[in-house]
Amino acid sequence: MSNQDRGSPDSSGGGQPDLADIDRRLKDLGHGAEEQSSATSAQSGGAGSGVGLGMRISVELVVTTAVGTGLGWLLDDVLGTRPLMLVIGLLLGGAAGVMNVYRVAQGLDDGVGLGRAMEHKRQDTPGRSGAGQAQAKEEGPNGG
Amino acid sequence: MANPIHQFEITPIIPIHIGDLDLSFTNSALFMTVAVALSFAFFWVATRRVAVIPGRLQSIAELLYSFIANMIRDNAGKDGMKYFPFVLTLFLYVALGNMLGLLPYSFTFTSHILVTAALALVIFVGVTILGFARHGMGYFRMFFPEGAPLLTAPMLIPIEIISYLSRPFSLSVRLFANMTVGHIMLKVLAGFIISLGVFGIVPFAAVVGVTMLEIMIALIQAYVFTILTCIYLHDALHMH
Repeated sequence: MSNQDRGSPDSSGGGQPDLADIDRRLKDLGHGAEEQSSATSAQSGGAGSGVGLGMRISVELVVTTAVGTGLGWLLDDVLGTRPLMLVIGLLLGGAAGVMNVYRVAQGLDDGVGLGRAMEHKRQDTPGRSGAGQAQAKEEGPNGG
Repeated sequence: MANPIHQFEITPIIPIHIGDLDLSFTNSALFMTVAVALSFAFFWVATRRVAVIPGRLQSIAELLYSFIANMIRDNAGKDGMKYFPFVLTLFLYVALGNMLGLLPYSFTFTSHILVTAALALVIFVGVTILGFARHGMGYFRMFFPEGAPLLTAPMLIPIEIISYLSRPFSLSVRLFANMTVGHIMLKVLAGFIISLGVFGIVPFAAVVGVTMLEIMIALIQAYVFTILTCIYLHDALHMH
């Protein structure tokens, strides 16, 4: 769980008093319940990791390549450069597909921007979790 | 052997034709209605008598609530909680669609790519509009990774755009492919039970195992579908 506002338990938060207040009360009520449910969520993500990961990677690679090729094909229609954009689209789509596969395999998120995602992972920002970061976050409430 | 594709056939139950439009109430629509009605009924019964110490149904409802709430908080951040109703609805709809499809004689509406593509497009268009509404033209900065040399822009920007545009496709294809493949596999294996006679016990054991796997996949795919929605929401809300 995000614990960036735990340092100041009395301040009711500036932007959204409702949510901040509810959050604080939830935290006071029960750490146990929250920890447990975040553990189950991590588990259900990891349970089908073999089949699920394989499926995700293959779908990602094929679909992204197809989207790149289709985009090139459509651009050809607009620009009247029949084979050129198709070829470029195929290559770029393949590159994007490999990039997405790398992202999935590394446990980075699905967001656009590989460089940004890697930067995030290095900083391990709270509030965003890939498969790997869920583990780190579980340890958060225990430490506090 | 029974045709393994037959189960995906859409048959009209109540034919409705308006002009050239075929708006028939089909078996697919029936199971969508059942899924929606089931989730309504469940929450109505579960929250009818709300107690401080929850009963069985109320605890299931509360677990479901905190499961989705935690998913949004972890993946989309706190201000993603505004979209909680949408995400919970999406999860229940997809999960119930997958699970109801495992019942004999039922129909899996998530095994049609048109259904999953419609869901994915709603998410994609919604998230894109949200991103532009929040960040204006600055949302375009998303397509260029920070810190990369400027010379690589002509290569990287098209790649990132393709990667962004492939989201609804991969979202819909993943769900549809998992559901379709699972059901075809079950049907083909089940067909062997009859044709092999006594030795049908072997495929029968396999069908039992595959059914277990399918239940797991049905829930995991619903989970993946919703968690990706949360991640896309996070990107639109805080594109760093």
